[in-house]
Amino acid sequence: METLANLADGFAIALTWQNLLLALMGCFLGTLMGALPGLGPANGVAILIPIAFSMGLGPTPSLILLTSVYYGAMYGGRISSILLNIPGDEPAMMTCLDGYPMAQKGMAGEALTLSGIASFVGAFFATCGLVMLAPQLVKIALLFGPAEYFVLFTLAFATLGGISSTNQAKSAFAAALGLGIAMIGADSQTGTQRFTFGEIHLYDGIDFLIAIVGLFALSEVFIFLEHHRGGAVGTSGGMKIGRLIPDFGMVKRCIPTMGRGTIIGFISGVLPGAGASLGSFLAYSLERSAVDSKNETFGKGDPRGVAAPEAGNNAASGGALVPMLALGVPGSGTTAVLLAVLLQLNITPGPLLFQNNPDVVWGLIAALFIGNFMLLALNIPMVGLFTRVLLVPTRILMPVVAMISFVGIYSITNSTFDVMLMVGFGLVGWVLRKLDVPMVPIILGILLGNEMEVNMRRAMTISDGDWSIFVGSPLAIILWIIAITGFVLPMFLGRAMRRRMEANRPADEAKIGD
Amino acid sequence: MSDRLFGVFGLALGAFYIWAASIIPTSFMTDVVGPRAFPYIVGGVILICSAVFILKPDAEPDWPGMHSFAEILFAGAVMFLYAWALPELGFLISTIFATAYLTWRLGTQPLWALVTGVLTSVGIYVVFKLILGLSLASGLLGL
Repeated sequence: METLANLADGFAIALTWQNLLLALMGCFLGTLMGALPGLGPANGVAILIPIAFSMGLGPTPSLILLTSVYYGAMYGGRISSILLNIPGDEPAMMTCLDGYPMAQKGMAGEALTLSGIASFVGAFFATCGLVMLAPQLVKIALLFGPAEYFVLFTLAFATLGGISSTNQAKSAFAAALGLGIAMIGADSQTGTQRFTFGEIHLYDGIDFLIAIVGLFALSEVFIFLEHHRGGAVGTSGGMKIGRLIPDFGMVKRCIPTMGRGTIIGFISGVLPGAGASLGSFLAYSLERSAVDSKNETFGKGDPRGVAAPEAGNNAASGGALVPMLALGVPGSGTTAVLLAVLLQLNITPGPLLFQNNPDVVWGLIAALFIGNFMLLALNIPMVGLFTRVLLVPTRILMPVVAMISFVGIYSITNSTFDVMLMVGFGLVGWVLRKLDVPMVPIILGILLGNEMEVNMRRAMTISDGDWSIFVGSPLAIILWIIAITGFVLPMFLGRAMRRRMEANRPADEAKIGD
Repeated sequence: MSDRLFGVFGLALGAFYIWAASIIPTSFMTDVVGPRAFPYIVGGVILICSAVFILKPDAEPDWPGMHSFAEILFAGAVMFLYAWALPELGFLISTIFATAYLTWRLGTQPLWALVTGVLTSVGIYVVFKLILGLSLASGLLGL
């Protein structure tokens, strides 16, 4: 009951003209960014954070704008999967398998509408799940002391590579790199300068936005330069959309599919180390084995093969918000970027957020519901407009993206040094991506590093220098067990999982965050 | 081979990090573990991971040829130059050239690249400065 009252307050906050307009803008921009290959949700949100911030928006409006972009991008990813067989972002990969064959059969419009509905169902029920689950998780999180928090952060890093990761050493290296970068600047407890080597620009530490925009957005520009991919993603010839409204029978057949996809997706979103890509992958493969065990229709344009992964990936993106809001520990690249939004606004997520800033949390959740309806309304009639974007050649698009990134960073820091630092991060990001070192742990390390260290030192102060406090409570031991399992398991399972996902992977596109 | 080199670099980085952590001055008001403990752990993880890269390298990534490599270096250099030029020349002028360069290198005709540069620069200026009120570098033109 209390939850419902809170939610009603949230709607009161979100339903102002300004916030509605921001949500609409966010949904629209997000869908555009999701549709364009190479500009996934993580990139899109990263580029817009500094801009929202220097526009002087308050915490709730900025959050509404940026989470609408996040949800919008999750919707948009499917457009190029269906029309061009190129996933707009990684979670949309599985949508290609049946979406593109449907488009080839002249059913592109129906596939788009159906996937739009599936996305809506997935995201809507996942948001409901978020409303129910997050306050429960908060109750558990309130039992956490500094030692448990330290272990929880370790768990987040250990499982971040995900079950499909092949090289855990590289994930761990990336995390350590991020944590190492976070240490630069004045020590929060004693005020001593660390790793600054007398460089004034480093005294305040490296702003995480610089690292995020550099590692995500700029390194993407370098990847495009490397491959000289300057042409348009779409060609005007091959994109006949056809009839938009699917017949009722088709939608009806997909209802159970959407239900299953939503549940699977939501669970993999909440669990550490899974994320939206795995959500859509599991939703698709389980659906295939459930309704098409003989392999007759899936992969040849079965509408259920479109509905399942789309419900799964949108439900996962809602589920991923649960640990991010309730514990302050994100489980995926995009939620890490959303965490950056909160930190930039001086809001520390976690259990205290629900107590101290209920307006922010519930306003945000209400905005997610509103955004969902807006996205459904935007996506079905306006899908033609979004497909038009695919005709913009990347040789024009990528430079514009780069310039907007520069504008964002420069407008918050007004410092040439910081812009150069961002270019440096972009180049390093390119090399690391070549070497298969994941970007997300680096970002998460930079974001969480100081918080993690503070918790470690607080725990040590409580125990008066006794390291055994980190295994001193049953809760901590359970967290350690999950962390170690999550880290070790992929070493055995990772290769097999990855191979199965690769086998289904249609093109060499979009491999960032999720 | 790339992974081995990366591992060697990582070892050097880890060692450097630990050395840099060891010279953090101790403050008079310190807690039990002090400002060095956490960086030591981080440095240790870097060292261990780098050793793993050397012992168990992954398959070679497909590095681009010299040509693409130079392409990326030049683009990076242009971006550095852009950052340096921003306060001197101002946003409008620097952005025209930086955008034109990148657009050209991604395969647009030089003249059209310049046109794109001008349009991008003016477009961003109108949207972000005039409509949204962000602060952009003013520089030469004083705008």
